[in-house]
Amino acid sequence: MNGKRVLVVAAGGTLGLLAVVLVAMGNPANMGYCVACFLRDITGGLGLHRAAPVQYIRPEIIGLVLGAFLASQVTREFRPIGGSSSFTRFVLGFLAMIGMLVFLGCPVRAVLRLAGGDLNAGVGLLGLVAGVAIGVQFLKSGFSLGRAVPQQKGNGYIFTLFMFLLLILLLARPSFIFFSEKGPGSMHAPVWVALGAGLVIGVLAQRSRLCMVGGIRDFIMFRDAHLLYGFVAIFVVALVGNLAVGTFKIGFAGQPVAHTDGLWNFLGMALAGWAAVLLGGCPLRQLVAAAEGNTDSALTIMGIIFGAAVSHNFGLAGSPTGVPVGGQIAVILGLIAVFIIGYVNRPAAVKRGVSIGKGS
Amino acid sequence: MVKEVDARGLLCPEPVLLTKQALDALGSGTVKVLVSSAAAKENVSRLAESRGWQVEVQEQGEDILLVLTKR
Repeated sequence: MNGKRVLVVAAGGTLGLLAVVLVAMGNPANMGYCVACFLRDITGGLGLHRAAPVQYIRPEIIGLVLGAFLASQVTREFRPIGGSSSFTRFVLGFLAMIGMLVFLGCPVRAVLRLAGGDLNAGVGLLGLVAGVAIGVQFLKSGFSLGRAVPQQKGNGYIFTLFMFLLLILLLARPSFIFFSEKGPGSMHAPVWVALGAGLVIGVLAQRSRLCMVGGIRDFIMFRDAHLLYGFVAIFVVALVGNLAVGTFKIGFAGQPVAHTDGLWNFLGMALAGWAAVLLGGCPLRQLVAAAEGNTDSALTIMGIIFGAAVSHNFGLAGSPTGVPVGGQIAVILGLIAVFIIGYVNRPAAVKRGVSIGKGS
Repeated sequence: MVKEVDARGLLCPEPVLLTKQALDALGSGTVKVLVSSAAAKENVSRLAESRGWQVEVQEQGEDILLVLTKR
């Protein structure tokens, strides 16, 4: 196993281990690390939605961004860029979040749920693979959101400064910030443990390029399993951890923060996977790229936050009782919207950027 | 014949996809790939090496030039 492979396995394994630890220390079951759930909680904490059970400023996200930012500074990989179909990326982030909140989790949580014995997550993962496979066909036919170009250096720092602001709000707990008193938002590991876990995951994710959607995409496109090793490492370590601490419970019914509606688990994650492939990576990867100075990825995260706000303010998100009709309609409309975005961004010039017979 | 791929500013997986097109079209020879991030450098290098191409990395200011050769 080469060094890069070891790194991606270590990143996945560490994420899986810390996820089990975070649950043991207070996070909701099977929610040791979930980018979608945590951004939804942050959205609620800021009062952008008013679903009382899911409001908390999650330090895991803050830590992830700070860790990835520090790693990119040390390795000199921090580079402010942007301008690659920014608003389209915002919309794709928004649509991906609609799908993830119908399923109740991001691709990372899908693996963690499966490692906890939640078979509904298996259905969701099948949907994720289907969505990625469809997105791959668009990539093969020339889909592109265009080139990002270098930005003024200050632009690259704004997203990380936003995370610092969130950390201050979390610690200061001013009255205008919302903290759930019951439900998933009220369940959390101690702040400094969660922040530290996020930092470690952020550093490892930046160094390893860990990406759940990228792993599936690369395997379908190039038969390259490199990133999939990280995916498998999360599952194996979390599974062993859950078995060790007695939190493994196999089945469909009665799983924590989940529902049994297979069709919408499948379609919700298909929407998320399709949108994420067109974006170039899963929500975890978008957070890391934003920390590295990519302002398009930062705007994608804002789209995800907007998606969380709309999902909960308009009653679209799934819950343990199932998926509301509004959420089902939103997923269908989302799939149509992603198709249109994919279709109209397929330039005729598939060989863009390639010139033949030039050079020395 | 030499092919040149300008993948600067393109996000994952476009640099790899463009490189794959160039490698498949050329079969052997030299393909020069210009990328703007370490992630793209690693992904393109992994693809090329898995297909038997040798990879030489040259820093070019903010960008990275990958010279891929196969005899």
